Order: sequence, then structure tokens, then C-alpha cells
Amino acid sequence: MSIECVENVSEPVPTLGKQALVTELRRILPQDEAVLYDAEDLRPYECDALSAYRQLPMIVVLPSTVEQVQQIMALCHQHNVPVIARGAGTGLSGGATPIGDGVVLSLAKFMSILNIDPLARTAVVQPGVRNLAISQATAPYDLYYAPDPSSQIACTIGGNVAENSGGVHCLKYGLTVHNVQKVKLVTVEGEIITLGSDGLDSAGYDLLALINGSEGMLGIVVEVTVKLTPLPQRAQVILAAFDDVEKAGAAVGEIISAGIIPAGLEMMDQLAIRAAEDFAHVGYPTDAAAILLCELDGCNEEVSEQILIVRDVMKKSGATEVRTARDEAERQAFWKGRKSAFPAVGRMAPDYYCMDGTIPRKHLPHVLRRMAELSKEYDLPVANVFHAGDGNLHPLILYDANKAGELHRTEEFGGKILELCIEVGGTITGEHGVGIEKLQQMHIQFTPQELEQFHAVKRAFDPNGLLNPGKAVPTPRRCSEYKQLPSQKKQTHQHDNKCAHI
Amino acid sequence: MNQDLSQQLQQQVVTAAALRQTLQIRGGNSKAFLGQPCEATSLDVSQHRGIVSYDPVELVVTARAGTPIKALEQVLADNNQMLPFEPPHFGENATLGGTIAVGLSGPSRPFAGSVRDYVLGVKMINGRGEILRFGGQVMKNVAGYDCSRLMAGAMGTLGVLLEISLKVLPKPAAEITLIQTMSANQALETMYAWAAKSIPLSAACYDGKQLYLRLSGSASAVAGTATLVGGDALDNGADFWRQIKEHQYPFFQTEQPLWRLSLPATAPLLELPGQWLIDWGGAQRWLASDADAEQIREQTKSAGGHATLFRNAAAKTDRFQTPDQAVMVLHKRLKNSFDPKGILNPGRLYTDL
Repeated sequence: MSIECVENVSEPVPTLGKQALVTELRRILPQDEAVLYDAEDLRPYECDALSAYRQLPMIVVLPSTVEQVQQIMALCHQHNVPVIARGAGTGLSGGATPIGDGVVLSLAKFMSILNIDPLARTAVVQPGVRNLAISQATAPYDLYYAPDPSSQIACTIGGNVAENSGGVHCLKYGLTVHNVQKVKLVTVEGEIITLGSDGLDSAGYDLLALINGSEGMLGIVVEVTVKLTPLPQRAQVILAAFDDVEKAGAAVGEIISAGIIPAGLEMMDQLAIRAAEDFAHVGYPTDAAAILLCELDGCNEEVSEQILIVRDVMKKSGATEVRTARDEAERQAFWKGRKSAFPAVGRMAPDYYCMDGTIPRKHLPHVLRRMAELSKEYDLPVANVFHAGDGNLHPLILYDANKAGELHRTEEFGGKILELCIEVGGTITGEHGVGIEKLQQMHIQFTPQELEQFHAVKRAFDPNGLLNPGKAVPTPRRCSEYKQLPSQKKQTHQHDNKCAHI
Repeated sequence: MNQDLSQQLQQQVVTAAALRQTLQIRGGNSKAFLGQPCEATSLDVSQHRGIVSYDPVELVVTARAGTPIKALEQVLADNNQMLPFEPPHFGENATLGGTIAVGLSGPSRPFAGSVRDYVLGVKMINGRGEILRFGGQVMKNVAGYDCSRLMAGAMGTLGVLLEISLKVLPKPAAEITLIQTMSANQALETMYAWAAKSIPLSAACYDGKQLYLRLSGSASAVAGTATLVGGDALDNGADFWRQIKEHQYPFFQTEQPLWRLSLPATAPLLELPGQWLIDWGGAQRWLASDADAEQIREQTKSAGGHATLFRNAAAKTDRFQTPDQAVMVLHKRLKNSFDPKGILNPGRLYTDL
């Protein structure tokens, strides 16, 4: 395949030096510590939750009003300075990794819930509001915000929009894109625009759908109107243990075939079960090859009816044990194990690498088998936590970054897992985003024409490529680098921030 | 007959692009009345049809754009599944491609989600004649910009749809429609109250006299909730909702201009002359009215919504409300990014797009 070069993808060259830019930014942000530029102050911003990639930015700004964001964007636009928007920095794909000659625009001070409208079932929030804080604030109205990524205690809604975040309840309640009605966006030029509406649609193109998951590449989200969901009358969870992963996988299909859409349907493999049990002591059967957690919610009668059906399906699918949580405390305990799976697995090795791919569910046995083979090949253990209902895999590779070459091997192993996801008709990222982490696999999932169409969409919003340059969509140059140097991935990463947008 | 005409369609677009010849994309021609008239050479996609893949357990179906929507729904129904957004057909020959391109959803919209919510991926031809795939056939996918959902409601101005992958859901085991006679304001209040509860509400409509609430779910849940909600059970509930969805209900038999007002559900009743039918729990209101188009648009906009001139339009009136200028600029740049020569359905959505 020939790789064409795209002329319009070029590195933005700032026309203002650091000192002059700091002076200008301090005019916009006169308050103390709203413009950071000393290495020591910049250090906390050098990476997001994918900490293998680090880079100090030139400057960090912490505005507190929308007008300030507009002025910052206008200034940076005028002087061709790249801008990287940042929420809580919990992203797992390096989407908020700074670049050395760019400004990080932190939205941490935008922490207000501006309005809750119980009648319309919406909340208007600033981008720095934490995901869980929305549900906590709306609980008195028997409403909540449905998407619940694992990082929901810390992650912010602005970042959720940027990544189109999911969680454990996606199959029934959708992703961020399904639960956001309106956003206010500051454009690269510093203009403010509204996408979506307080109704259920808006005139013209569905730009709101395009903004969700756009990884901060199309504009700066400064206000979000989220849809709220009535708290279910009742939620109940069933835990089923299996002596074989394939049987657990088949049970998932049988539940769907029975006409049931569970609120959550999670699978954990043996390594993940043991880690979670050691960590959380919630009574998981540690001898099981896999467990399924199936949550049912809704009105009381329906939940009762579905519990019986699901229990029956689990048993017929060969479950060695089926438990229904006796009370709310046990339900919480079942979930606690699952929700602590990442840190629990993390304790088993000095480092772990969390992957994120989605596959058609029917290919699960094949994918797990291949992953076990790869695990042997690379001599790195892998634990599997799986949003089984929607096919979203989270393999956790255990490694030790202090051992020479182990991170490199881990990344290569991770890359192979993503390629496996594509091979079976899936995708390289279900909810963590491409960031800088998965740029290389984008070349496998998309053709050069498709990647160029992405760049064209980007240019429609950001003609000079100033917003989060080098993320999410690789340039053809990188594509050829990757194909020539598949075994030197780590080396190219070292230069990511420089070469990604060449 | 099921066949893949991707290559032929691509060739036609390539040729048209070379000649700068404009194309009018046509499926079943059931929604030709929607949007602005577009004078251009017809590009017929109706023979590019057939289900490409469907595995009920995966809850995903992929079909070619020319597949009749009726046939697709039948295949799903045979497997006890459905398109949860209840797309209006507006004709026997309606196709999947047209359904996605117009982006219209039926009565379940406020509770189940919209057509774009169920789009998982598309294969399309852009205005350069390139065949591109976006999204995929899985529920969660954030690789690349979401160009597939962008196609929903774009009226064919960004690309020729070839294949669409949709999430599907099981059909509810039971359904009941309950009716109560009340005023419009009472009806709105009642809709809001039930929509805020955890009940299996799946549609809420007011026809000017009666409130219609539909419950869908397991038999026990529907029966239990029906007692709570109250009202009389409607004998042919499914017929009623089909008539609303397909504009066969008597309200729609009008020669006056028919407007679709998309509003915040909690917007007050607007002071505009004409007849009203309120659907979507208050968020979609149909107005048959001779009132001045500008007056309707201004009032709708100040209430937080937008108005579409749906049927019986006077020749020179814009069909869709124009977005604010800065957003319109983005529309033009996006159009240019997909279709730089402006050959696909020019003017169908907005005169200069």
C-alpha cells in the first residue's frame, strides 16, 4: 500500500515566545497561580493516567470564566500556539499529554453545577464537575447521570465528552453521547457556539454527536447539559461462577437471547477474580475460571421476573454456582470487587497496563485463547475484566517497568491484542480513546482515505491544527514509520510529542 | 433482489465528481417531500440492498442502504427484535438509507433514543468518490471522529450511504396503551410526572383531547404499572402509534402547512394559531397552521427549539431552521470536507449547502 503525504498536516509554529506569551496570558488571568510556567509548577501536568508518556508543557493556564477561555483561545489562535485542554487527567490513552511548545488549558476551576431541572430531567454543569458529583447532586430528585466510568469519583464531565466515556451500564443506558443534550463550545478562534439543544434534537448536522469522543481536537467544551435518568425502583445483582470461560461467554449470549438487557453484565477471569478477592474480600469464588455479574434494574415486578429467568439461564449454561445478592450490602459488595479489579490486579505486579478494545461477543473464546497464547509468548501475565454485555475488553497486562525491555514488550503485547480485536471485526478502543497510545493501530483499523477524511473534519473546526495536535488521528508520516519499524515502537514514542504532528 | 452495487455507485459518484455534475440520492422515494427541492441527476441506490450480517445474539444488524425498511423490520421481528427508535416509513418502499439520512424517529424517541443513538457504523461514498467506513459493528467504539452518527439527519449532503450497522433490541414482551381525557396543560404535566419515574413508559402523546401513554416491558411490569398510571386501555394501541408515526392519524390529514416543532419538553404551549398534536412527552409538537413562517420560527427559537416545515410547504419557504451563523460556517466547512465539489444533494438541507 502506498502512503500518501497530506500537505495540510503541518506542525504549528508559534509566532510568540514563551516570555511574551506568559505576559499576554497574565493580562487575561491576573489572579495568582493561574498562569504556570516554571518546571516545578508544570510537573503535575506532564502526563495523564497513561503515565508512561510524559512531557512538560510550555505553559499551563487555569482560567475560571468562559470569557477567559475565549480570550486565551483568541490569543493562542492569533499566535499559532497549540492548546491542549485538560480535565482531571484520568484519561488512559494519553489524550491530555502536553506538547513542549504548547499551552495546557486546565478546566479544573469550572466546578459548578449551574442548574438542575427535575422537571426536564437535565443538569447544566461546568466541564470540571466530577462525573459522580452529578449523580450525588441529583439523587434528592430520584435522578442520576447514567454513564459511570470506573474513574467516576475523579473524572470530569468535560473529559467524559472528549472521550465519549462508557462504564458498566452502557448496554442499557448508553455512552456519554447518548446522555448529553447540549454543549457550549469555545472554538479555536475563541468564539462560543452551542451544539445540541434543550430539546431532543437541533437543526442541521448532528455536530453534538461529532463532538462526543473528539478528544479535545475540535473545540473546548465549557458547559454541558446532561440528561438525567430516573433512579430505578430496584436493582439486583446475580453472581454466577463457571469452571470454563467459554461457558460464561455462552451464558452472556443466552441472557440476551432470553430478551433481557441487563443494566450491567461483567465478566472476570480467574486472575482478576483472585486479585479482586484478595483486595476487597467480597466472597468471590476464587476457584472459578470466570464469574459473571449480572445486574437487573427497573420496576420491581420486572426485576423479580428477570432474576428468575437469569438464574435459570446461568444454571442451564453450566454455572457451578449462582448467587443472588441477599441485600443491598451484598449487592454493593459484589460490585466492590469488580470496581476494585484494576487496583487489585495492580497490586500483583509493580506496574500494569490497561488495554481497551471491543469485539463482537461471539469471538470472546477465540480472543481469550489467543490472548493466553500471547501472554506465554511475551512472558507477561494478563488478567481480564470484560464488559461482557457490550463486548468491551479490558485486558490488564502485568509488568515491571524497572526491568529492561519489559515496558517495550508490554506495549508490543498490548498492540497485538488491539490488532486481534480488529481482526475479529472489533475496534481498538471502546471507551478510553486513541490519544497517543493507539495512533499506530489506527492505521490498521482505517484506510489512508478514511484517516484523511478525519483530518478534513478536523480542519473544518481547526484549520491550523492548534487543538491537541498529534492525537487521535495519525498522520500518514507516522503510518510509514510504523510499518517500517514495527519493533521500535517505544523509540518512536519517545519522540511522539515532536513527530506526531510532522 | 439482494445485491451489492457499491462499485457501480462509486463509479457514478467518481464520474459525477469529475464532471461536477450534481446528484440527487434516491432510495424508495418515500421521503422526497422532506427538505428542500433538489434539482439534480438521480442516483438510485434502491437496488443496492440486502442484509449483510445479522446475529441476533450480538444485537447488531448490518444492511445495505437500499434495503426496504419494512423487510428489515420483518427480519428483526422474526427474531423477536426491533429497531428501538421506531422510524417512520412514509411509504411502502422506504429504505434503510433514507431512514438514516432523514434522521427521523418515532414515538419511542424520548424513552428509547433516536435513530442516531442506534447507528454503530456506516460504509459510505464521499463526494470524492471514495468508499469509507466509520464506526463499526460493536456497541462501544471511540476510534476516530464519530462520522457515522453525523450521517443521521444530514439529508445525504455528506455522502452516499452504502451500509449501515445498527444496534437492535429485544421486542418487549407486553405493551399497553392507556388513555385519559384532559386539557393540554394537564396532559403535559402528567407526561412530565411519569417520565421522571422509574416505570416502563415508552411513548406519551396528546392529540388535543386525550392523553395516550404507552407502557412496554415484561407482562408483570406493564400490568402493575398500568394500575398505577390509570386510564382506559386502548384496544388497538399498536394501530394508534403506527398512525401517529406514519402521519395517518386524522390530525395529519390537512392541507395547511404542517410544522414539526422540536422543543424542550417543558416548554409552555406556544401562542401560535392552528391545530396541535403533542408527541415525545412534549418535546415534539406538530402544528398545522397558516401562520407566517418567520413568526413560527422565531417563537420556536425563543422557546429553545427549532421548527421544520414538514409538509405542504409554499414554494419559497426554507424547510429547516438555519443554525446560528458560527455554526452555519462549520456546516459549510464540514460539507466541503466530505464533498468539496458540492455534488451530493446540493440544497436539500439548506439552500447554500
